This record gives sequence, structure tokens and C-alpha cells, in this order.
Amino acid sequence: MSSQKNGWTGKVLYIDLSASMIKVVHPEDEVYRKFIGGKGLAGYFLRPHVTLPWDHTEMPLLIFTGPLVGTAAPTSGRSTVMSRSPLTGTIADTSVGGRLGFELKRAGWDGIIITGKSEFPCGIEINDDKVKIGDASKQWGRDTSSFFEEFYDGKCSVSVIGPAAENGVAFSSLIVDRHHAAGRMGIGLCFAAKHLKYLIVNGSGKVAVHDTEKLKAAREEIVRLTNASPILMGQHGFSCFGTGSIYDLMDSRRMMPTDNFTKTHFERAAELNANAYKEKYSPGKHGCMGCHIRCKKIARSKMAGVSMPEFETMSHFTALVGNTDMDLVMQANKLCNRYGMDTISAAATLACYREVSGRRDIAGDVLDLLEQIATASSELGRELGRGSVSYCKLKKNKSASMSVKGLELPAYDPRGAYGMSLAYALSTRGGCHLRAYPVSHEILRKPVATDRFSFSGKARIIKIAEDQNAVIDSLTACKFIFFAAGLEEYAKAYTAATGVASSAQDLLKVGERIYYNERIMNALNGFSAKDDDLPRRFFEESGSSGNSIEIRPIDRHAFLEARARYYRIRGLDKNGLPDPQKVEELGLT
Amino acid sequence: MKQLVDKYTDKMIKGGLAEAPLVCGLDDEMTWNRQAPEVPILEAVMQGMNINSLICAEPAEPYQSILVYLTERYPEVITPGDCETRTFLHDLPVGHEFSAKVIGSHLLYRKSVVIKADGKVKIVTFGTVSPEQAFVTFSSVCFAGFVLFFADFLADFKNGTVSETQRRAFDRAVSHLDEPRTDCPELLCGPFHREAEAYEAIIEAGRHTVEYGLVDSYFGNISYRLGETIYISQTGSSLDELAGCIDPCPLDGSSCAGVTASSELVAHNEIFLRTDNRAILHGHPKFAVILSMDCDRKECPNKKRCHIKCSEERTIGDIPIVPGEVGTGTTGLCHTLPPAVKGRRGAIVWGHGLFTVGREDFNLAFQHLLDIENMCREEYFKRVK
Repeated sequence: MSSQKNGWTGKVLYIDLSASMIKVVHPEDEVYRKFIGGKGLAGYFLRPHVTLPWDHTEMPLLIFTGPLVGTAAPTSGRSTVMSRSPLTGTIADTSVGGRLGFELKRAGWDGIIITGKSEFPCGIEINDDKVKIGDASKQWGRDTSSFFEEFYDGKCSVSVIGPAAENGVAFSSLIVDRHHAAGRMGIGLCFAAKHLKYLIVNGSGKVAVHDTEKLKAAREEIVRLTNASPILMGQHGFSCFGTGSIYDLMDSRRMMPTDNFTKTHFERAAELNANAYKEKYSPGKHGCMGCHIRCKKIARSKMAGVSMPEFETMSHFTALVGNTDMDLVMQANKLCNRYGMDTISAAATLACYREVSGRRDIAGDVLDLLEQIATASSELGRELGRGSVSYCKLKKNKSASMSVKGLELPAYDPRGAYGMSLAYALSTRGGCHLRAYPVSHEILRKPVATDRFSFSGKARIIKIAEDQNAVIDSLTACKFIFFAAGLEEYAKAYTAATGVASSAQDLLKVGERIYYNERIMNALNGFSAKDDDLPRRFFEESGSSGNSIEIRPIDRHAFLEARARYYRIRGLDKNGLPDPQKVEELGLT
Repeated sequence: MKQLVDKYTDKMIKGGLAEAPLVCGLDDEMTWNRQAPEVPILEAVMQGMNINSLICAEPAEPYQSILVYLTERYPEVITPGDCETRTFLHDLPVGHEFSAKVIGSHLLYRKSVVIKADGKVKIVTFGTVSPEQAFVTFSSVCFAGFVLFFADFLADFKNGTVSETQRRAFDRAVSHLDEPRTDCPELLCGPFHREAEAYEAIIEAGRHTVEYGLVDSYFGNISYRLGETIYISQTGSSLDELAGCIDPCPLDGSSCAGVTASSELVAHNEIFLRTDNRAILHGHPKFAVILSMDCDRKECPNKKRCHIKCSEERTIGDIPIVPGEVGTGTTGLCHTLPPAVKGRRGAIVWGHGLFTVGREDFNLAFQHLLDIENMCREEYFKRVK
């Protein structure tokens, strides 16, 4: 693809920080069609290097947009940041909103491959086709808030790591455009490993589209479906309350992880729900570029200008750690963003510490502990900063780390949704709810409701959903809109934007390739069936039954049978490893 | 999976959608409700797709006659104008050979395909999560085809362009229509004072609404106001299976537990706040939907945007017809429906369905739903005489 194409720019920026060298890469047409963009393309460029240690100078750090970014397709302003995870050792991709993808695309780039390591702290500044590696020595050590104060004017995109990454926190994040985070997997530490403090992108071009009218028609269909979605646009939905709107629901369904997943119901939940935050902080709407849902919320009264916590943060910094102070949740969220730390792993690691240490009440120390972790200012802070698995190993209490493949679990207890148990176990990046997102049908009834206490049919459902979400993260769109629209509508948008004739089923096949590529990469690093598993607690202990809902331990035999079915459906062997025939079939040799 | 396959086989038959459906669920192995000569072809279709369920059936009458005619009139693609098609299905592609190649080529792009071969029609639909998706789509195709067929006939009749074939198809379809029911069920009497009573009344009214054919199983919604809480059916719930699918939503918004409530919660809220009613029932009775789309204006600046832009004050008898799309967007029915219902027994949303109200319980709301549909049906046949 040597010249600019519709949808894509046809250009990828390659930066070697060791040599201060910059060049332009033009991927072949076939590469675009086989991997689309976003995490698909990032995975394609990661694979040749994936067995290197995460902090090896040749380990690439990849930032990719998709073909819908910068077009009229709804919710398509996102991008993927990818490398190998310092926290888990698996592949590490994280989808992020804000303006990053939009500006990058308008600057004329489908993505950036960053390799090498700068001798000094540096930053990358992109103004269309002008690329500069700047000296960030004076910025190293600054927190993200002060950096945004100085460099973010809302018209460009600014991504920056905070002191947590610089101090080696394994779950450090990248903060984008003040309110958005590439949160999970320790991607911030991947930046720090390259001495890369920030990325500023300013694009002034336009994205060429194959058929504007057809794209407009696809957009209309998608927006109509969004408007018909109570979860997205209803009076209790994400647009009004943010993702926190499901806080009540998770507790009423008896699947709110409480006291480090020893319970699934939090007595004080009703006082700490999204409506309570709304009354106290009067949040306003904020959204990623190109999104009409605008689920991000920013406080307007008390703590004005501060990001409101997302659902997982609300849940984990209350129920999971035993805190009932809403202000403390706001402060913890603010602190994590300021220092650049993933709120899910941070809270889950604190919950793990609470269990291991036997301290009943740590609420009063939460902020201090977060400070100690981010600044690595104490032995305890440094121990916790390596994540819950490392901490539990040190304390010889492995069962207290509620994680999969080393990634701490988010705020959906799998005993209340069996598809979620499979999704967690099988996720290529560890304990993640977003790979297959079965909450969609097991709880939110979309596209239709499924029996959340049954494994029947779930193996294939999870496989299809993983493929679909791989496509979404490659286009790069927002997963939330798929509570309403589907690939049927997005395939039309993709074809209209790029001119590549494609159906929903064609896209799912591409998604299958992208996901299988991730299984291959993890297998190369030694991951197998032994890692596709859940913490023992879920198979041995009940949750908190009530509301006529019984939360039993998951039947391990049924779980393993469903996992075996998944392996067959996915085309893996009995140990969860890639099958050479399937590898060839998918064009991944 | 077998349980789900059997459940939707039963619902297809009992709902009058098909007499002998083929239903398949797929996890790591395929589970069919029965064996049939079509199965190898359908298995080939499924192997080429990333799906987990499929339904194939000759639709029962009158849908068979209707779709045979529509596939002749629209041999490539059928494009009904009702709300369900516009929002969820977009259009209904037509194929002319019962082969894996033809079926698969259409299902790549759409949730259903209508196959016309050897003078008969089969509908094939699929799901990626559950056979329920395939069932819902099948049901929607039948509904959309029905509405288009009778709406087309009315328009052509007025224009004097009804063809012989069309007339024969019309007569055949009409001969298969059930007699209109006029008897109302005796539903629980309100006002209700306890939550359990409200739940029971909602479940009962929902079940009867489906049994009387006033809504497809999957669509519609129903609510009851008890004090300062609205109890409403959940999004995508089957009105004949509402147990466990009702959300309590405080009117003051103090809880978001209703995030899974019907997409029309805002409209229901507004109706409760503007009127003294305690019960709201929303169905998709076919003739109310068909007549809502009947308009004599030849020139209109809002043509083809009637569902969101119609500015005429239109009624059928005492029942107003208002534009509005599903949900809460700027053109959502939550803006148009509540004022229209005030002081009336109900209102029709253009191409979508009928909302009715009751002051104490669902008896009146149900009676209004049935009476208005019967009135619309009578009016329809008057207009084509």
C-alpha cells in the first residue's frame, strides 16, 4: 500500500529511540486486509519480537488506529497501545479513547512502532509528517496532572506516563488527554522502559473515505440502534450516568466482588451508586472523539474538573477493599490517574494485601498505600507495586491473588455469570472482562439474554465474542456501542470507509485470525491450559446468596468441560496450544 | 443446548409461525430438533459462518401466502417500512435456490433470508448467542412481511392498481386470518398495593397480550406504577415469559437498577407523571400498525421520513397517531407519545405499535388494546372495500 488509501493512510511511523532514527513503513494491502488496524495490526508487528523480555530494547511498543478512525463512523476515535506485559508476560494490548487515534490518523499515520531505548528521558512530538524526539529530562518525575496543565490544550492529543511507571510499578498506565487511560497490563512501564515520557500528536489532514453516502447511511443505522438501547441512552444508561450505572445492577444480581471476592454482595452499595455520585459531584458529560454516547463523566461541583470513577473503580475501591467513603473513591481515582496506575489492579492488589495482612480496615490507609506504591517509597509499596501475584508469592499465600495469568480481576464475580468465568480464564491478556464481554448477554440482555448459571452453549458464544471484539479493537471502535449495534452495521461502515467489500461474517473471520495470533504469541511464551484457569476460591467457596438468587461455587468439572469445548471450537489442542493446521488455515504461519 | 432448541421449536409452533421448523443449536457439536433432508445444506451454511444457532422453516399461513407474493413483487429484496425492520432488520433479502451457497451468501450480510423455491417460501435465520435470536428474527420477518403486504394492498387499492395476482394473494391471506377476538380475559383487579401483586398482574397481562396475538412474543413492553416506583418489563424480554424479567425503577432516579429496563421506560415515566394511570400496555397489533402508515398525501415534504417527521394531526377514530423512533434520541417516541396519551385511552406510534393505559389495573389497558386493534382491522377492511 504505497499511496494513501481510503480509510487507511497507508503509512506507519517507525521510530528507533536507540538510534534516534525515524522511517516510514508502508504495509502491504494484504496486511491491512488480514489484520485491519488497531490491535490486529499491532499484533502483526509484535509477533516477530514477542519472545523477547518485555524490557528488551528491541521489544516494540505499538500504537495503532483503525480504518474507521477520523471518519463519520460512530465511536471510532479509539486506538490500541500494545507490547508485552511487564505484569503478566502475556501480550499486552489496551484500547484507549480521547483524541489519540483521531489526531494520529489526521496526521497521516495508521500507527507507530517504537523500538529501542533512548539514552535520556524523551518525548515524541508529531505534527502531521514532522516527527521530533524531544528531551524530556525535565519532565521525568512529573505527575500527569501537572504535565497536562502545561501541555494539553484540548486541541491536540497528549499521552503521558506518571511517576508510577518511572518507579517500576508493574500495573502502571498511560494517561491520555487528561481523562482517558490505557489502563491495564502495565503499558505505562513499557513506555518507561524506553525512557519515553510522553507522546504529543497534532494532525491537520482529513481521512479519505470510499463512499461518503454509504458511510452516512451506516452511521444512521448505528445511531438509530444506539438510541433504542436503554443501557447506552436510557435514563439509567451510560450516557446519563457513565459506566457506574451498572453498580446497582451488579450488586442486585449478587455478583459484586466484595472483600477480595470472598462475598458477592456489598451491604452499603445503595449508598454508593451512580446516582449518589451524581448528586454529590454533578458530573458533566465528556466523550472520546467521534462519540455521541459520551459515557465519560467529569465532576462539576465538588472536585470540579476531576474524572469520575468508572464502574470497576467504584466497585473495587468500595466493596472489594471494604470502604464506604465516596470521597475516598474519588481521591483514589484521582491519585491513580495522577501517578499513572491502573485502578483495577491497584485496588485488587490492596484487597489482596488486606486479606494477607489480616487487617480488617484499611480504608484510612488507602491513599497512603497508593502513594507508597506509586513512589516506591517503602518496602511495602515496592512489594505491592509488582502486582498481587508477586506479592502473594512473597507472602506464601497464593490463594489471595484474585487474578488470571497475573492480571487482577475486574468487578464481575464469575460465580454469578458462568460465561464470564470462561471469558476470564481464556482471555489472552489474563483477567479481563472485555475480551468476550459476556456481561452483555448474561446480565444486560443483549443481543438476547442467556442463562447466566449455565455453561450450555457458552464455549462457542465466548469464541464468537472474542472474534467480534478483536474486530472492534481493530477498526478501532468502542465495545459499548455493540450493546446496540452489531458487526452487520459496522461491516457496512467498514466497506463504505475503505472500499473493501466485507460482511459481518467476513470480519468475524478476520477477528478469528487476530485472536488466534494472540494465542500463538502467548504459547510462544509458555502459556497453556494451566494458565487458562481461575483462582481456586471460585470453585470452592459460595458467594453471597439472596434476592432469591443462589451463588454457588462454580462446578469445576463443568468448567473444564466447557473449556475443552472451547479449545475444540477455537482449533487448539487439549493443552490449549495452537494447532499447526489451524495456523496455516488462518494464514498465520 | 437441546433444551433451548426444543423450547424455541415449541414457541415457533405455538406462536403460529411454522408447523415444522428446523431448529439447530451449536456449541462444539450441532443439536437439531429433528432430522430432515434440508439438514446437510443447513449444516454447510453453518460451517461457513461464525454462529451458534439457526432456524429454517416454511412459515405457516397466512405468512406463507404473503411471502410467496412479496417475493414475486420484490424478487431481490423486500423492504418493509415498519419500525422493527427499519431499526433491527434493515431489509429482507430474497434468494431463489435452497442451497448452502445462496443461503450463506445472504446471511453473510443480514440476519435472515427468504428463500423462494418450487413455489414455496422458507425463511432462514440465525443467532450468535442463542436460538432465541433466530426465533426473534423469524418472528420479525413474518410480522414485517404481514404489515408490508396489507399496507401495499391498501395503497394499491386506493390507486386502482391492484393486480389479479395481488388480489388472489390478498384473498388467500385473508382467508387464513383468525377471527378477531372480542372477549377480554379477566385480569387481576387493582389498584395493587403490594409489590408481589404488581409483579403478578404484569406477568398475567403480558402472557395474555401474546396469547391474543396483540404482540410478537419478544416485543412490546408493560409497566405498573406502585407508589413512587415503576415496575416495567426488561429490555428484550418476552411478554409471555416475564417472571424474573421485571425491573423496579424509582421515579426519583435514586437507583440505576433499571438499566436493563425497556427502552421505552422514559415514555412510560412521562405518561405516569402526566396522567392518573397506573398501568401501561404496549403491543404491536398488526392492523393498528398498518393503518398508522396509510396516508393519502401525494406531495409531502416529510415523505419517507413519516416515522420521525409526520406533522399532520392524524387519528383513527379517537386514537392519535404520532411519529417517533424507539428510545430516547431527539426523534424518540418519548417526546411525542406522552402528550398524545393524555386524556385518551391510547395512542399509536407510526409504523410501530399501540400504547394503551388503565387507571387501576391492566383490565382496561388490555381491553383498549384489543378494541383499538379490532377497530383498526374493521377500518382497514372498510377502506379496501
